Amino acid sequence: MKTPHSGTRRSPAAAARASVEFRAVTKRYGSVMAVDAVSFTIEPGTLVTLLGPSGCGKTTTLRLIAGLEMATAGRILIGGEDVTARSATDRDVSMVFQSYALFPHMSVIENVAYGPSVQGVRKADAEAMAAETLALVGLRGLEQRSTSELSGGQQQRVAVARALVLEPQVLLFDEPLSNLDAKLRRRVREDIRDLQQRLNLTVAYVTHDQEEALAVSDRIIVMAHAQVAQEGSPRELYEAPASLFVAEFIGDANIVAAEVGAIVGAEATVRLADLELRLPHRGARPGAVRLAIRPDAISLAETGGLAGTILKASYLGKVREYTVRTAIGDLFVTVPGRAEALVPGRAVGVGFTADGIVVLPE
Amino acid sequence: MKRSLATAVAGGWLAAGWVAFALLPWYWLDLSRGLQDFVDFPLGVGGSALALGVAGDRPWLLLLAFPLLLATLALVLPLARGPGGALLTLGGVLGGLYLLAQGFAIGLKGWDWGWLGAAFGGTPRQEGLGPGGTLLLLAFLLLTCQGLARRGWCRGDAFVVSAIGTVVALIALFVFFPVARVLAHAVIDPSGAFALAGFVARISDHSIWGLDCLAGPLRCGVAWNTLLLASLVGVGSTLLGLAFALVATRSNSRFKGVLRILSVLPIITPPFVIGLALILIFGRSGIASTLLAEWLDVPRSRWIYGLPGILLAQLLAFTPIAFMILIGVVQGISPALEEAATTLRAGRWTTFRTITFPLLRPGLANAFLVGFVESMADFGNPLVLGGNYDVLSTKIFFAVVGAAVDESRAAVLAIVLLSFTLLAFFVQQAWLGKKVYTTVAGKGDGGLPAPLPRRVALLAAAVVAPWSVFMISVYGIIMVGGFVKSLGRDYTPTLVHLSTAFRIDWGNHGLRFAGSAWDSFFATIQVAAVAAPLTAALGLLTGYLLTRQSFAGKRAFEFGTLLSFAIPGTVIGVSYIVAFNVPPFELTGTGLILVLCFVFRNMPVGVRAGVATLSQIDRSLDEASLTLGASSATTVRRVVMPLLRPALIAALVYSFVRAMTSVSAVIFLVSAKYNMATTYIVGRVEAGEFGLAIAYSATLIVVMLLAIVGIQLAVGERKLGRRAAPQPTGRTL
Repeated sequence: MKTPHSGTRRSPAAAARASVEFRAVTKRYGSVMAVDAVSFTIEPGTLVTLLGPSGCGKTTTLRLIAGLEMATAGRILIGGEDVTARSATDRDVSMVFQSYALFPHMSVIENVAYGPSVQGVRKADAEAMAAETLALVGLRGLEQRSTSELSGGQQQRVAVARALVLEPQVLLFDEPLSNLDAKLRRRVREDIRDLQQRLNLTVAYVTHDQEEALAVSDRIIVMAHAQVAQEGSPRELYEAPASLFVAEFIGDANIVAAEVGAIVGAEATVRLADLELRLPHRGARPGAVRLAIRPDAISLAETGGLAGTILKASYLGKVREYTVRTAIGDLFVTVPGRAEALVPGRAVGVGFTADGIVVLPE
Repeated sequence: MKRSLATAVAGGWLAAGWVAFALLPWYWLDLSRGLQDFVDFPLGVGGSALALGVAGDRPWLLLLAFPLLLATLALVLPLARGPGGALLTLGGVLGGLYLLAQGFAIGLKGWDWGWLGAAFGGTPRQEGLGPGGTLLLLAFLLLTCQGLARRGWCRGDAFVVSAIGTVVALIALFVFFPVARVLAHAVIDPSGAFALAGFVARISDHSIWGLDCLAGPLRCGVAWNTLLLASLVGVGSTLLGLAFALVATRSNSRFKGVLRILSVLPIITPPFVIGLALILIFGRSGIASTLLAEWLDVPRSRWIYGLPGILLAQLLAFTPIAFMILIGVVQGISPALEEAATTLRAGRWTTFRTITFPLLRPGLANAFLVGFVESMADFGNPLVLGGNYDVLSTKIFFAVVGAAVDESRAAVLAIVLLSFTLLAFFVQQAWLGKKVYTTVAGKGDGGLPAPLPRRVALLAAAVVAPWSVFMISVYGIIMVGGFVKSLGRDYTPTLVHLSTAFRIDWGNHGLRFAGSAWDSFFATIQVAAVAAPLTAALGLLTGYLLTRQSFAGKRAFEFGTLLSFAIPGTVIGVSYIVAFNVPPFELTGTGLILVLCFVFRNMPVGVRAGVATLSQIDRSLDEASLTLGASSATTVRRVVMPLLRPALIAALVYSFVRAMTSVSAVIFLVSAKYNMATTYIVGRVEAGEFGLAIAYSATLIVVMLLAIVGIQLAVGERKLGRRAAPQPTGRTL
């Protein structure tokens, strides 16, 4: 239950932030399984991203935290307290919606003051709290505007301020950048991350954009087919994907077949075409395995290494992208944009750097 | 905080229940007799249930205290939410059931259920429920809802459970209960015994299903007559509506504005007025008949009375409805589809034949079914123009108010009519569920609709032009006819009809409304003005529940609200007098029964307005409010209602207008004190006073036109607008 606020506020940073814990939570719509026995913990004061392709259950998971969907089975704990049966009204959780969901019949300040005012705070106090929160997100001076007079980025900030004003134990973001253009996305996501760290907020953040997830998160939960595919820090996920799906989803990866030979300690000799590499074996046994090779772990030279032919070439300024046909399949390669241009049809020698290649556990 | 609020609400209803039981007058009162019913209070006619139970001759009322005590225990004892809710639910359900059971078991003349009389003996009597009885019933209902919410129904949201419970109870009481009573009447003979054989004989009667007209000059059964008429009207109005829709959307016609006005007219025209105008044109002494007789020596005849006349009148009345359905479908076809066909080298005619028309087919089926159902439900035009051509709706009317009153025959005919309309309704629902909306994609469509092929355009124009002229002249007659002495005979302009109806005198006692129509006019305005806000509120609440809440049995709930739309007015009228003429719900002869009838006839309009508007409003607005800690009730009040204002206004005025033009149901329910404008006009027509009738009708049309203009202005002024699309060119970021 939300506590009614008085006129004096606690300092946001000092407010107690709560953890979120899912214990085998399942959500079923008829025969469709939207979330299948999912368990995870979001530590207090961290930003955790729920990442996955559309239809993987990440938004349903977020709505389960908010109380907008009720779990079919399992338990949900916020701050150690069981809230599984509580409605959204009775959970101390706020949400920033994908469409922002600003009330079109209210001004900016009325939107932000809505939360406190429905909690029974007097109008003047509620508006003072709202003004303070608007200043926090950098919208001072726009209080009396109508929401439709604001730009997309400003509307997004109003939505954040409206969610923040109640000092919720947990703040939820549902694809908050999807309605912004590419330039603005980067700045807004930095602002969100900055605000989260400054106020020490517990945040659950849904996105389908892996780059966005890598940029803002303390931890990432990758979801696929209504289940958790892998959980870890951005670096763990990129460098040690637990499955083919995660390797392909986080960053681009070339998936190729290889042969594991002798295992010595943590490393193994891996045979890739006629090359021999030494890689961490990650539990693989001698025999056929698959490797994930990052596009920037491949180098192109005049000769040497694996023989290949340029199939496609595109220039993107910062980098050049090539598709190279080789004996182990077509490889996707990026090289710095300032490197010399290679035209399709040209023969090249393909080399590999070991730290961009991982053995995928079967 | 929230939980204590829920307890306070439940406690409030409990207190109301005790007050209703112990203090309020239990039975129906006629307040026009002043306070004399209260002379013996708390006993006597205006006595409370407690007093009458303890000291009067109604001891069975005392048992109501038991469920009230159960509910009180549930709230007072320190119980957990679940068990407390169970006890509360038990008290509410027991109380409600017992209240209804004693009401139905003991009537005006003693035991209504014979076996109970045999068991208990005696002849207790009681009247219909009054303020106390009604309030206690409501209290039991809401206590049940509070209890169910505590047991976790609808996520434990008492507001939502109560809203659903109230709407379901009201629909059950005022739609299902009366219809069920009519059905029961059909299988019960006048002595009250169950008589299936009699029912079978009546429903398979030759006068209903006879096919004599195929073999010779005799008449066919009334069911076949009705089906024939309805099918002709369905086909005719669909084709005419399609021609109008194509001209309005796909040609450069300058008459689009005119077409729009023509589509509004039937909403504000009492249904029989068109029939009346047709009599004035084509009747034996009508304008056209007179001209033909004088110039071409065509003998005057009565051809307009019968199938041709009803068909013509109904086509005039229902084509605009088909037009409105089809224009939506025509506009809904994405121009991109037609453009795609054109870029694939299809010509205009091929595009129309292979793309446009197939996409229109669901709309055509829908328009046909609506015309079919409207024709069967229409009562006014067959009454005015029917002659010897009987249809079910008029037969039902004459079975109830005619020389030979035969309620079970009326009930049987009502069943036949109801099955036809329900069948059509089911077919329509099946169509609608699968097809109609598929051409409307969520994404914005660019492009221009393809122009019509020449032959289709010419055909449509050839249909639309003369029909429009015809329609305009019919309405011209309605507007002019009341202001000449006698149409077809004497065209001297006069205000005598208007003054007969609406004269105002300055007498000794000041202003006096001396015209004969004033009483019915004021009664109509009064009833419509009371019914409209109730209709809008109930309809929009139902729309909210349907679009925004999920609960068990939602499909059935939705179906129930739609069902009252499919029941013809005559059936509703008959069922209301059958159901509400006796205790426990004794309402006939009051203004209340008219109000209730309008509310539940027109509620689906409010539901549809609410559903349409709410489905355009982003659902995350409600969810944002919920996550900010607002309850459902607060969300409805502060977020949903302000955004629904346009739908609210539309529903208000539409239900007001419909209440003023309705005739089929109210003709059974009017009383001397509450006569309605439409029934008064029908009476004038039957008495041959066409001038007066048409002058009154014209006045009504003008009054309602003002109301429509009123909404257009009010809706046009709304400042809500849509949220602008996010603009990524912000200053502050």
